[in-house]
Amino acid sequence: MPSLFEKIWGSHVVVPETDDTPAVLYIDLHLLHEVTTPQAFDVLRARGLRVRRPERCLATLDHSTPTVPVKTLKELEIVSEPSAAKQVRQMEQNCKDFGIELHGYGSRDRGIVHVMGPELGATHPGATIVCGDSHTSTHGAFGALAFGIGTTEVGHVLATQCLLQRRPKTLAINVTGQLPADVTAKDLILKIIGTIGVGGGTGYVLEYRGEAIRALSMEQRMTVCNMSIEAGARAGLVAPDDTTYEYMAGRPLAPQGAAWDAALKRWRALPSDSDAEFDKEVEIDVSKMRPMVTFGTNPGMVIPIDAAVPSDGDPAFRKALAYMQVEAGKPMLGKPVDVVFIGSCTNGRLSDIREAARVLRGRRVADRVRLLVVPGSAAVKRQAEAEGLDEVVRAAGGEWREPGCSMCIGMNGDTVPSGKLAVSTSNRNFEGRQGAGARTVLASPVTAAAAAIKGAIADPRELVS
Amino acid sequence: MEPIREIRSKTLVLPNDDIDTDQIIPARFLTTTTRQGLGKNLFNDWRYDKDGRERPEFVLNKPENRGSKVLVAGNNFGCGSSREHAPWALLDFGIRAVVSTEIADIFRANSLKNGLLPVIVDKETHRWLLGNPGADVVVDLETTTLLANGRRVPFPIDRFSRYCLMNGIDQLGFLLEQNEAIARYEREHA
Repeated sequence: MPSLFEKIWGSHVVVPETDDTPAVLYIDLHLLHEVTTPQAFDVLRARGLRVRRPERCLATLDHSTPTVPVKTLKELEIVSEPSAAKQVRQMEQNCKDFGIELHGYGSRDRGIVHVMGPELGATHPGATIVCGDSHTSTHGAFGALAFGIGTTEVGHVLATQCLLQRRPKTLAINVTGQLPADVTAKDLILKIIGTIGVGGGTGYVLEYRGEAIRALSMEQRMTVCNMSIEAGARAGLVAPDDTTYEYMAGRPLAPQGAAWDAALKRWRALPSDSDAEFDKEVEIDVSKMRPMVTFGTNPGMVIPIDAAVPSDGDPAFRKALAYMQVEAGKPMLGKPVDVVFIGSCTNGRLSDIREAARVLRGRRVADRVRLLVVPGSAAVKRQAEAEGLDEVVRAAGGEWREPGCSMCIGMNGDTVPSGKLAVSTSNRNFEGRQGAGARTVLASPVTAAAAAIKGAIADPRELVS
Repeated sequence: MEPIREIRSKTLVLPNDDIDTDQIIPARFLTTTTRQGLGKNLFNDWRYDKDGRERPEFVLNKPENRGSKVLVAGNNFGCGSSREHAPWALLDFGIRAVVSTEIADIFRANSLKNGLLPVIVDKETHRWLLGNPGADVVVDLETTTLLANGRRVPFPIDRFSRYCLMNGIDQLGFLLEQNEAIARYEREHA
């Protein structure tokens, strides 16, 4: 009767927890990037420690890296802020000093860490995966227990391949009904966050279940699990199934040959037993869903695209509306847009760019709008270019960039100017997230592309057939 | 780390709910490779105007709040990004404890590893604290209570974290001592 979470947790306990001490939990895969690791490597140096299992580390450059073409570190110095360039140099040095392979500049694999890992086949069902990044929850789409950690814990995993953890509670999100056509995985997760609230998942690991989840592709499941943290949950899970195995088969870091067959047997035993119990359950019916957009300054402040902004007397709610320059009782539809960003670990995969291209093809971006399309990885970029999607973006008047986190976090020079309104396929609409004073509306790739064409927030269903 | 027993201070109140780590320390200040010096950018975009001048109306800038070690915040403090820069910035500014009804998981874990106390209190106590900025409080780790308004209210804290904080022990040392068990696990799962 154990749940998927309980099976993964149970198989990774090195030392069980007691009242006095947390569990020692073994970590199968440690993802590393340049922003949250320098201070952890410093601790290792100061204490004379080595990296216990460098082969279980997967490192890349994504957060503070430019999305204009940079081939060498020398060029990086020219286009980047000195502090960002220093961070990248330090990451190269740290990986070299501690024997970790870095998928850095010049690598055919480089990309946002949560896009690159699954692409390479490094994300395995039943595994424990951590990274100094809250969107590590993305990998839960494969039925892996994956969660974000801080830099001190990055040091713990580097030195011991383990973490001290108290066992979280479980929350089943039962998604019933079928998603209507042109309502996407992004709309679905925004609806879930709107339903349980931005703190609704605090202390829990989510398991997304039900027919609507089963029907999703792996890339769509990644979009859903990616934003689990926006509901406060460190991790979100989808049980592995044939969709998972079809996606993984043949990827370079997936098991091969006899090892694949053995792995499949283990993985097929992972899904929650039919009588598994959860600490809490929530039902969400999606059969009447419409595309969603956020109106406030956290991802839980979200409405169907044709609905009116709600009203609430709470001062924080009013402050959020004032910051966003939106009015209660009025729709988001038709609000003029300045910037459209398509990319990020939430929606920077090939299927996302294809979706956006469906809307952009043969059309022009509205005059006053800047459209930035940033593929999630070098592989996504290559595949998109092979399909001519870069040309679709350029012909529409958009910018086609190099892979990276880019305007989702605005650490690399790609920012939304103060006061401007961005429709973004990223994951956070916090005040100033995309640049000081920037106003962000979160939406799916099709909704974002529709906003770019119309120059205003628009219902994507009017533009796709 | 310095052992922590109790923190005595006047409170500094930021009543907003859902204060995320992007507000605590905006992403553009994360291109640092050290832990120090982030305090000057704590709540940067609320604290300074476009020209970098302090906004006098913002609580952190009020003269009576200088030196406060206890931050009382609205519900669900510290949500969002995993950046440990958030507790580093609070500590660098001089904050030693954060009080709310709910504190986000990753922020709480990061805080406990750096000697910033996450103090979760009931709604009634919280309401009183929000309504009485500048109140004298004592966060007592020995008894795991918050003394405010003449009342002691208990707050939950993981026993292991409390032990480490009270004795100035860092958790990496404890993990390194588990080497034998870790090696055994690795042999069994090779």
